[in-house]
Amino acid sequence: MWFYEKKLQYPAKVGRANLQMAKFLITQYGGPDGELAASMRYLTQRYTMPVPQAKGLLTDIGTEELAHLEIIATLVYKLMDGASVDEIKRAGLGAYYADHDKALYLVNGEGVPWTAAYIQSKGDPIADLHEDMAAEEKARATYEWLINLSDDPDLNDTLRFLRQREVVHFQRFGEALQIVQNYLDCKKVY
Amino acid sequence: MDREQLALLKELMALEFTALELHLYLDTHPNDQRALMENNSACQAAQAARERYESCYGPLTFCAQSGFPWQWISDPWPWEICYE
Repeated sequence: MWFYEKKLQYPAKVGRANLQMAKFLITQYGGPDGELAASMRYLTQRYTMPVPQAKGLLTDIGTEELAHLEIIATLVYKLMDGASVDEIKRAGLGAYYADHDKALYLVNGEGVPWTAAYIQSKGDPIADLHEDMAAEEKARATYEWLINLSDDPDLNDTLRFLRQREVVHFQRFGEALQIVQNYLDCKKVY
Repeated sequence: MDREQLALLKELMALEFTALELHLYLDTHPNDQRALMENNSACQAAQAARERYESCYGPLTFCAQSGFPWQWISDPWPWEICYE
């Protein structure tokens, strides 16, 4: 089960409203390498992990990704705050506005809705943990491209925090992979 | 949100983050005794800060006591706070 904690994991700051950045950043909400995909991937894969370390790690990182999803939502919400319809149109968000006004919705930067096809749950712990490590690297790269696109130091501070978390998660998944590999090697009896 | 409340909230965020980082590390290093001790004291510090915050400003968590009227729904919500 889960409980909500009424706070963010990290202060989500934006220096000024910026619709163009909101359009780019929303991919980390509902895009292929975004936080929802990350959370659902880990929380779905955990059931078939063979060792307690991997069950625990997937549960905890899957939960932390939900906290990141909330940070992204907060950033997008703040980046769109106070925007006029005219500004929305100019930023290329007219189609988004027609469907959602300024509400949060799970899409990538081009408006493609989130899909479970972004993730896999293979039942093979070696395959799943390799996917998880790749997912962390893809998310890290996405944060780097987003930082390249942004000239807002406050926003970049929050994005750098999120990028750093991907690096830590990659490290932990690598350790879990090693533990699973050792476990499977020990289990082989000839 | 006034400066005092924001400062306490940020302190709690930092303490809980420390605990989380140790928690993930321990998932793959369950026999690291030093990390375990650090985890336990980080959790103690975070819990103390959370209780201090909740006694002044109302519940942050599911099972916290509330003053009257029900404080859980009081503004601001996390996405409405200016963290400057």
